[in-house]
Amino acid sequence: MRVTMTDPSDKAREDFFSEAQEIIETLSRNLLALDEVHRQNGTDPSLINEAFRAVHTLKGLSSLFGATMIGALSHHLEDVLDDLRLGRIPLTDHILDVLFKAVEGFGRALAMERDSTQERTPSFIEGLVAQIRKVAAAPGPSVETSSEYDIEPGLLAVLTEYEEHRLRTNIQDGLKLFRLRVRFDLVTIDKGLEEIKERVKKIGEIITYLPTGETSSVDSIELDLLVASTRDLNSLSAELANVDLVIEEVPRRPRRSQTGKPKVGPDKISLQPDVVAAGSIAPAQQVAGGLSDLTGSLRSVSQTVRVDIRKLDHLMNIVGELAIVRGALARLADRLRGEGQRQSATDLLRLHRNFDRRLAEMQDGILEVRMVPLGQVFERLGRVVRQISRDLGKEIRLVITGAETEIDKLIVEELSDPLMHMIRNAIDHGIESAERRLTVGKPAMGTIALNAFQKGNHVMLEIEDDGRGIDGQAVLRRAVQLGKVGGEEAKDFTRADILGLIFLPGVSTREEANDVSGRGVGMDVVKTNISKLGGVIDVHSDDGIGTKMTITLPITLAIVSALLIRVADNTFAIPLASVSEAIGFDDAGLRVVDGREVMTLRGTTLPIARLDRLLSLSRSTSPPRRQYAVVAALGARRLGLVVDQLVGQQDIIIKPLGKSLNDVRGFAGATELGDQHVGLVIDAAALIDEVLSTTDAGARAARLTYG
Amino acid sequence: MRSFVRTALESALHRLGPFEILEATSGFDALRLLPRGHWDLVISDINMPDINGLELLSFVRRSDVHRATPVVLISTQSSDKDRQRGLTLGANAYLVKPFTSQQLLDEVLNMLEKAGAGHHD
Repeated sequence: MRVTMTDPSDKAREDFFSEAQEIIETLSRNLLALDEVHRQNGTDPSLINEAFRAVHTLKGLSSLFGATMIGALSHHLEDVLDDLRLGRIPLTDHILDVLFKAVEGFGRALAMERDSTQERTPSFIEGLVAQIRKVAAAPGPSVETSSEYDIEPGLLAVLTEYEEHRLRTNIQDGLKLFRLRVRFDLVTIDKGLEEIKERVKKIGEIITYLPTGETSSVDSIELDLLVASTRDLNSLSAELANVDLVIEEVPRRPRRSQTGKPKVGPDKISLQPDVVAAGSIAPAQQVAGGLSDLTGSLRSVSQTVRVDIRKLDHLMNIVGELAIVRGALARLADRLRGEGQRQSATDLLRLHRNFDRRLAEMQDGILEVRMVPLGQVFERLGRVVRQISRDLGKEIRLVITGAETEIDKLIVEELSDPLMHMIRNAIDHGIESAERRLTVGKPAMGTIALNAFQKGNHVMLEIEDDGRGIDGQAVLRRAVQLGKVGGEEAKDFTRADILGLIFLPGVSTREEANDVSGRGVGMDVVKTNISKLGGVIDVHSDDGIGTKMTITLPITLAIVSALLIRVADNTFAIPLASVSEAIGFDDAGLRVVDGREVMTLRGTTLPIARLDRLLSLSRSTSPPRRQYAVVAALGARRLGLVVDQLVGQQDIIIKPLGKSLNDVRGFAGATELGDQHVGLVIDAAALIDEVLSTTDAGARAARLTYG
Repeated sequence: MRSFVRTALESALHRLGPFEILEATSGFDALRLLPRGHWDLVISDINMPDINGLELLSFVRRSDVHRATPVVLISTQSSDKDRQRGLTLGANAYLVKPFTSQQLLDEVLNMLEKAGAGHHD
């Protein structure tokens, strides 16, 4: 009987891509750690082995899925990593470079497989494979390590080639072998194991873990840890004195026993034997019971699931809809009270309060699920720093703090590019050459610090370098040259004003362009991207000392802070991210320029648009004498939206408008306003686009007529 | 974490009958899951963190309940030594990475048919 597995379902497809992505990230993390160790002239066999296993898993996955590009890459990479972990070739800078290139290659190949646009293997894969093959060991019989050290055959039988290699290497290096017998409760084994690993890794290398086969209980597992250490038995026992285990030194000469079970010998030291015996071994009678209920309790240890973020968006939408139902409930209660049905109204209100509380919990819960640690994006940056600093021949240390800070998954995805660009700028424009640094009294190695922390409902991200700082005069010259700033105006510019100019298109902090960060294209794009995420970016730079960029981001995109305003008896919400300020004024302060109303705001001209006219709202009463202009900003463009009244600030969930309303201009969606009413959310960016582009077009048309 | 391998296997096998596939996330997890029932087949990579596939196999063969359960090991192309040890310990079959889903499925069916013949006929 044959069954085909071609045409994997969408579900399987998604599983493949997210799993492959995770593996590649793990690989990258391992290589970065390995690079760090290697730079300090050290080595860590376990990191190489972890990298090997990641690639091994990836290879298996991709051949099952039919992802040929990734399959080919991982196949050859696995060979190299196998050579490295078995000591057939030494780790060199060049090999590390190739490994990092392969990680980038995996990323590209994965994107291509996802789009499934590629018919045949692209040349970059072939090039990479050629490079990888070049560093692999020449094929030949594996070198058998000297057999003057005997290892118990029963033990040898269950070691993988790699583990045997590590065992022999350690013995050759004169380390002693120990067997640590530990019993783990099944419920807490993960935690227990991690603790033991942490402790033991400090004093030796864990070669392998052997289940003893002691099955006196279904609730626990007994393991022998085979550990190589430079210390002696007494020192080891002292170090692990408060851990519940039995340590035994493994003699070098073979025993007659083939079972691999440890013998009680003179070297054996029991630690808290009573606890081991009585504490964790459960009665054997549970075995039968455990076998009888097969399906009921079969659970895997893994407690996590992968979820498509769109599903979470969908849930959040439902929360938004439920919030509207909540409003309706409250209105109904009010009506009942008005009709004299006090008891029913009170009951309903009680229900409403309960509903309200649960809904808030649900909203918090969904938000929490969307959060991921920033460390995900930081890892990629680590690779970039490594690569660019190598390319430019600069020694750079990347110091990361707050990688565990959590933020909305969607924000993390979008942060990658802007951060990458800023880091490139810092390395290329900021950090000076080693010689230059030494002459100005700085350490030859430059430092880039990436700090993340939470501040209220925001996440702060700082990118700081200890380079030359931004040359303010060069920036100003360039801005004047481009006509962004008038020559006279420029004289009054403060340092902060000047630094703000780097976010204008075309303005660079550097005279000539190069490959790494190009020229001037960048900070304006960075700023726009950050604004799209509802964030702001600030720059601080001291000549000769360094530059610090600070990004402030909302924790989540699912909830936004909004300014509630009223105009012509309607309440609207404007997301605060697009509002720079709100000012009161009366009509006397307005002028008309080119047929467009404008006002003067701190010496600059601000075009204004009356929201009631813009949205074609009808008025029953005339507008108040004193009105407000909400200044909306998109990049460098600003527009004052005239409203009747400022109501206040509120966190809102934006619900998309239905399909039939999708084309309505100027609105980003609807939201529940908390006063039991639904309100529309104004899309300030769209309004700016519309109003200001017609102004520009109008102005151009006018000039053409007169010209 | 539910892996692609399991999703793919399940989607192919479910057309053959109500197979139950349990995925262990590590060697420990496998040790934990094994005593919970009788299994028709165990598939394990040799290269696993902590407890490796050979140790798992050895554990299965020493167990009173599971000693007869067929075990398929997955290995790299390069390591003859690992394969040799697996056979000595009583592995029933090998899959060498990279293998296609068809090869995996063929091997699974092959093993199940053999085991089924032994049990029922």
